[in-house]
Amino acid sequence: MEVNAISVKDLCVDYGNQIALSNINLEITEGIYLSILGPNGSGKSTFLKTLIGLNREYTGKIEIYGKPISKIDPSIIGYVPQIKTLDKSFPAKAIELVLSGINHTWSIKSNKEAKSKAYSMMESLNSLEFADKRLSELSGGQLQKVYLARSLVRNPKILLLDEPATGVDFVCETNLNKIIGDYTKNNTITVLMVTHDWTSAFHHSSHILFLNRHQIFYGDKTNAFTDENLKLTFSHFADKHNVSFIMQKQ
Amino acid sequence: MTELSSIIELLISSFVLKAILVIILIGFSASYYGVFIVQRKMSFLGNGLAHSAFGGVALGILLETQPLLIAIPFTILIALMIAYFKEKSELSNDALIGVFFSFAFALGIVFLSLKDTYTTDAFTYLFGSVLSVDAQDIFVSMLLVIFTVFTFFSYWTRWAYTTFDSDLAIADRIPVRKDNYILSIAISVAIVVSIKIIGIVLISSFIVLPATIARLISRTFFEMTVKSIIIGIVTGIVGIILSVIVDLPTSAIIILLQSLIFFIVFLFKRKM
Repeated sequence: MEVNAISVKDLCVDYGNQIALSNINLEITEGIYLSILGPNGSGKSTFLKTLIGLNREYTGKIEIYGKPISKIDPSIIGYVPQIKTLDKSFPAKAIELVLSGINHTWSIKSNKEAKSKAYSMMESLNSLEFADKRLSELSGGQLQKVYLARSLVRNPKILLLDEPATGVDFVCETNLNKIIGDYTKNNTITVLMVTHDWTSAFHHSSHILFLNRHQIFYGDKTNAFTDENLKLTFSHFADKHNVSFIMQKQ
Repeated sequence: MTELSSIIELLISSFVLKAILVIILIGFSASYYGVFIVQRKMSFLGNGLAHSAFGGVALGILLETQPLLIAIPFTILIALMIAYFKEKSELSNDALIGVFFSFAFALGIVFLSLKDTYTTDAFTYLFGSVLSVDAQDIFVSMLLVIFTVFTFFSYWTRWAYTTFDSDLAIADRIPVRKDNYILSIAISVAIVVSIKIIGIVLISSFIVLPATIARLISRTFFEMTVKSIIIGIVTGIVGIILSVIVDLPTSAIIILLQSLIFFIVFLFKRKM
């Protein structure tokens, strides 16, 4: 029987001076791998942030496994933010960041069980060698793995990735897709990934969501990449970049 | 020989011992909150709140009551207003601190001018003085330390998590907004209590320097917290003793000592 992991009804996010998202309606079945595609500023990150409760200024209804966001256990969601948001000046070892995924806080001392879980998760992501390195010493790809370890160590039912390929090289990106691919084989997990990379989205995901402040397409990937969907999602923004048009208007 | 014995006599005199006791207490609290201020890039807040406190101190002098009793709620109010305005507008923290600290400082100048008799008290608060330490200061500093130790056990892990990444903390259901208000209040009290000995003008350095030095020599945030506290207390004690020996203003000597350590550590770390 199919189980709904995430259900979104009439979701609108209004930042006062602009509407970030409007009329989003989705039923996301457990176990699918969803890529979210859209131009810059199309509300992709806003959508993820709303799902994890970072954004309370929304209307509509969101349910995760049948419960509103505020009522769910946060450990069922693993969230990988964009690595550019990481504060590298914060003094911390990589393993501490992974442990925060289990402890749900920045613990001074973690118990043995948590520690062994965190180290073995890093080992399974081939990142044990930099477990005790400082965050400031790590490359983009290594940080990506640390964040991924942090989100997977809590055995989430839902994994949210915000542009995981941005800021890492091609080899790291391939690794990343392999890790996620391997993980989804052995665990029932629903993946939502914001990305710019159509090719990667087409190859790795099962479902596609085209977003441009409103929902353009949601469904199986085989029907997704039509000319019309791509035009509706991306070309509208290309018009907006027409400088001469804006100049004439002024 | 007589000179040496007179220095020793001076050092064990009650006012120096009282000052050392107070510097241990306020050094502990200020350096502890300093790590959050430094890592959250809020150094300007320390400066702003210290200047805001001047408004409260001046009001206390005008009303001829204990300035501390007015300055603490006054500074907390300013800190909460900065946080509130930040939440309700798109203005930056930086701009709001700039607005409020000038406002409170201007009020302070007006309050002092309204007082007919000239008072030296105001200068004590501007530049700090070890001579002015009284029983009440020790009592308030002790209360602050007790509160600070309490926050270490109940808030440190959450404050640290939010300092690292507030989005991750919110996603893990940390009450970030409430925690930030509590941190603001604690910082305000730490600043006001430290003012009498360090002075408004130098207080932000007193908070920021130990944490900054500790940052240079720490691998984890917890290590940074512990080292910052140790540096704050030790430089405080040494600074007081030195200032008595060379007969120069205590607060300036403490800050110069901390700055010197900062430069030495900075150079040493760069070479490594």
